[in-house]
Amino acid sequence: MNYLGTDLRVVGTRPVRPDGVDKVTGRAQFGADMVMPGMLWGKVKRSPHAHARIVSIDASKALKLPGVRAVITAADLPNIESEEAFVGEGPMNFRDLSRNCMARDKALYEGHAVAAVCAISQAICDEALELIDVKYDVLPYVIDVEDAMKDDAPVLHEDLFTANVEPKPTKPSNIAKRVYFNKGDVEAGFKQADVIVEGRYTTEPVHQAYIEPHACLCSYGADGQCTVFSSSQGHFMVRSYVAKLLGIDISNIRCTPAEIGGGFGGKTLVYLEPLALALSKKCGRPVKMQMTREEVFRASGPTSGATMEVKLGAKKDGTIVAAKHVLKYQAGAFPGSPIQPGCMCGFAMYDLPNIEVLGYDVVSNRPKVAAYRAPGAPIASFAVECALDDLARKLGMDPIEIREKNGAKSGTKTHYGPTHQNIGYLATLEAAKNSAHWKSPLKPGQGRGIATGFWFNIGGESSAAVHVAEDGTVVAVSGSPDIGGSRASIGMMVAEALQIPAEKVRTIVADTASIGFTHVTGGSRVTFATGMAATMAAEKVVDQLKQRAAMIWDITPDAVDWRDGQAFPAGTNAGAFEPLSLAEIALKAARTGGPVTSEVSVNAQGAGPGFGAHICDVEVDKETGQVTIVRYTAVQDVGRAIHPSYVEGQIQGGAVQGIGWALNEEYIYDKDGRMDNPGFLDYRCPVASDLPMIEAILVEVPNPRHPFGARGVGEVPIIPPMAAVGNAIRDAIGLRMASLPMSPPKVRKALDVANGDD
Amino acid sequence: MPTLNYAAPSTVDEAVKLLAGASGLAKVLSGGTDLLVQMRSGRMKPDLIVDTKMIPGIIGIREEGGSFVVGAATPGAVVEAHAGMNKAWPGVVEALDLIGSTQIQGRCSLAGNLCNASPAADSVPALYAAGAIAVVVGGKGRREVPVEQIPTAPGRTSLAKDEFILEFKFPPRPPRSGDAYLRFIPRTEMDIAVVGCGISVTLNEQGVCTAARVGLGAVAPTVLLVKDAADALIGHTLDADTLGKLDAAARAACKPINDKRGTIEYRTKVAGVLARRVAAIAFDRAMGKSQGKTH
Amino acid sequence: MSKHHVSTTINGEPVEFLCETQQTMLDTLRDVLGLTGSKEGCASGDCGACTIILDGKIVCSCLMLGVEAEGKTITTIEGIAQGDHLHPVQQKFLEHAALQCGFCTPGFIVAAKALLDENPNPTETEARYWLAGNLCRCTGYDKIIRAVMDAAADMRGAAQ
Repeated sequence: MNYLGTDLRVVGTRPVRPDGVDKVTGRAQFGADMVMPGMLWGKVKRSPHAHARIVSIDASKALKLPGVRAVITAADLPNIESEEAFVGEGPMNFRDLSRNCMARDKALYEGHAVAAVCAISQAICDEALELIDVKYDVLPYVIDVEDAMKDDAPVLHEDLFTANVEPKPTKPSNIAKRVYFNKGDVEAGFKQADVIVEGRYTTEPVHQAYIEPHACLCSYGADGQCTVFSSSQGHFMVRSYVAKLLGIDISNIRCTPAEIGGGFGGKTLVYLEPLALALSKKCGRPVKMQMTREEVFRASGPTSGATMEVKLGAKKDGTIVAAKHVLKYQAGAFPGSPIQPGCMCGFAMYDLPNIEVLGYDVVSNRPKVAAYRAPGAPIASFAVECALDDLARKLGMDPIEIREKNGAKSGTKTHYGPTHQNIGYLATLEAAKNSAHWKSPLKPGQGRGIATGFWFNIGGESSAAVHVAEDGTVVAVSGSPDIGGSRASIGMMVAEALQIPAEKVRTIVADTASIGFTHVTGGSRVTFATGMAATMAAEKVVDQLKQRAAMIWDITPDAVDWRDGQAFPAGTNAGAFEPLSLAEIALKAARTGGPVTSEVSVNAQGAGPGFGAHICDVEVDKETGQVTIVRYTAVQDVGRAIHPSYVEGQIQGGAVQGIGWALNEEYIYDKDGRMDNPGFLDYRCPVASDLPMIEAILVEVPNPRHPFGARGVGEVPIIPPMAAVGNAIRDAIGLRMASLPMSPPKVRKALDVANGDD
Repeated sequence: MPTLNYAAPSTVDEAVKLLAGASGLAKVLSGGTDLLVQMRSGRMKPDLIVDTKMIPGIIGIREEGGSFVVGAATPGAVVEAHAGMNKAWPGVVEALDLIGSTQIQGRCSLAGNLCNASPAADSVPALYAAGAIAVVVGGKGRREVPVEQIPTAPGRTSLAKDEFILEFKFPPRPPRSGDAYLRFIPRTEMDIAVVGCGISVTLNEQGVCTAARVGLGAVAPTVLLVKDAADALIGHTLDADTLGKLDAAARAACKPINDKRGTIEYRTKVAGVLARRVAAIAFDRAMGKSQGKTH
Repeated sequence: MSKHHVSTTINGEPVEFLCETQQTMLDTLRDVLGLTGSKEGCASGDCGACTIILDGKIVCSCLMLGVEAEGKTITTIEGIAQGDHLHPVQQKFLEHAALQCGFCTPGFIVAAKALLDENPNPTETEARYWLAGNLCRCTGYDKIIRAVMDAAADMRGAAQ
């Protein structure tokens, strides 16, 4: 059923989330909070070298330490063959994942796991790690993406040949893949252009920086039945990966989702679970593992840093006639940067006749990148949206006007293939233009910037169930880990379909044995896909409730109406009966056919793409180069906001992560290829005092493929901020900062160069 | 496995004996906001922790003949709440207040900040500028040491194995005196200073500087007491020419390194910028034009 | 060395426990006493997820030794609500959707409660600086600050 245009009473309101009280009182159990009888602690030994051949590992001394129960290395794990995996978010190969969890032959980055130990206490684990003797043959390493592409660069994988290049290369290299999109004739387009802008842009790897470090508790039974309790963005994902990496039947693994303390894409793969389970198998006891913050930075996924070139050509009236983008993304130690979506997203907001995009996926001696909120798009859009701002300035055009003039509409064919349908880019720009912020004057010395972003959003496989309890209250069961309030939105959609108050629905997240397969919480898919499954399950429950009422009244189900959470005779012809409430029907369920319940699994298609436009005002201290964000507004087409507070929250949080990416966050390496800032002290996420309020403006262009019109909202908001901040700085000081982060030393340096003081 | 011992003596003598008798590395624990981080990361592996917070007088603030005496382990939050210290030494108070978060303020101490001997310690340039005296106790008794003689190198101090700081004495304040501290960090909170600058001045009735001390942090292996910068102020009002000379003197004193927190070039430039801004606040305070903290 | 025997008061109740010297108060709360509401996000005092109230002042329990709890009075997130009666800060966090993943939430609630105990009428800037030692990666702080300011207003209203 489609509820567009109908009167809704629950969707669009702001009830308290079902798991809220647990989370404000400390009762919620996250990855590291679970214990089991007989539990041991596990820890990982990591490579101190950026690139080294592992000559030998001797754990004999560690195993003699009292309290130590087992040590594992890659030799204890199956040697996995190369095979593409479609389990998490973004490209992954089972062999690479296996080798990322535990190095085999070579350590490919500082922090790469080489062994793991379990013992009766964490302190004994630490001592044991020091007693594991690993002999390395240290190899030359490469950190920078363009250095890694050079002919004489140290090669990470002898069997890596650049894909999508004809003829097939004869020499291995660090370039894993070439991506190419072409629409029209870009060179002919540039010849028509009156104005051309060009720029070279760089970004640094940034970490998702979820506050909860990775943690799990795993138990391997003597009968081969395994339980995994862990914090992830998909317990089915954990199950698939662990089964493959350890050679266990999927049905023998039961994964229970812990509450997840943030992920942002970084928890769509596994690091500890296979190791904890392998240790548990070896010693016969449950094993708990948790990363330190330092391990999170050194060994879990940041997103790519990149080097890019953009060239745009336009007619005097602002019509863009040619656009070219070259992107080189760091993948980390194994192939699989988000280069593909990066190549798609940069120009996806625009209707342009001639586009050429060329991308490279490049490995280097850094931790393997993991998905991070709209993987690939923020990097690409930083370059494109800055270049577009420069183009508007050169043309003397308003930055919103140039976007409107060239903006994508329903029917615009993208350079990567699909044609946009039912999109809200122009509506988003219109809302930005009409916002109080855009119309407000700036104070002297301040600068204002605007930038926009596009994300596909995805659907995919999801399962949900709805159970009517004996008293007529309702339990909604989701297969999606709740990372930011999805219990609330799922429960609200169920309540809406049943026409009962949201408070009457308790939503829980079920383990892998208790609900059908559900893809990861990622790609902004949960409210869309799991929400669709839950709504359908609720509708099936309504059908059953009508049948039960019909049975009680002894009329046909067609003659029963469902409204206000009650069954009514459809009309006077149906008979004169007092309405039956959900509770009354539930009470009689045993006599009318048994429990009222439904589970629905879908492979949801038609996730509507999302667009955002962010407006940023800054002040720049020209003596220190420090940039202060003084006002920030984020406009986004959300389709339909199910729970507006959590939609706003996604937008505000994404914007602030983007502000961090813009101003201060970066991986810093020392001369030995080791990360020099693996902590929250020197990896500088925004703190509360760095920021103003973030105004979120919701534009609602309904997605006709979702029962309530919802679009994914979680990823779009991290795409525009870097360029919005950069364009604001450009406005304030007249200089284009083309290298992220736009940190104080870089801004001061740019000012000094411009003033001839350097 | 090596055991880590802990003791919480209730007298100075007992503490000194414990430190003197320790077989391995003994560390004094005040607020623990540096020590526990160093222990957890494995950079510091002490054999004995001597928690001095039970020693009478080591926490608290008293006034003695116009000067303030601050117990070495007094938490930042206690100093910040003290009206007398805020009035007499706003620069010291604001410097201490800049160490870490509100949570850190509940524990961090002047002695810990000084004895951790980080060149970037926030309270230390202000302590140097204030001319504070550290009262050191140890096996050889009690001695009074100017604070700038305590740190000797990153992570090293002039204290003997059996010595620790009991309290700090701040000298009496002449009329028309003021101090201030600013640091530069990339964010607004929670960072280590890229550069820190503390200045204390005394002015005559015409606003001419008669005495000055300038402390600079994070621009050399230890916090610097920059005499040339003080000399640029003494004998002058705070006009453009004086500010220019102060800026130059501050920059000239810098011997920084390139690291993850800042470059040599950037630190040097910002040292000059901060010196000018801090001097302006200190002069205003000396003339009674402004009160209170800057953020 | 054998373990230390520590007598302390946690959430209004006398508590005795044994701990090793190197165990932090956070380790002790989580692994010895089963009070897992305080979270470890960094173990270096940079994220605030382990915030507790120690003799009236907020501290990072990761930067305090368990043995230092001797004779002290400690409040953890588990002691903020009175039974099923939530503290206004907790209630406002729920109403304003000031949490997404909820991992940083205990630290924020404890720190915000302490702020309002000390300063019933903070400005937005004061609230932001007070809470700068609590990292949140989900919300961008907007709704957290609104919840704290609203809780402050409610508590002032209730006090009149």
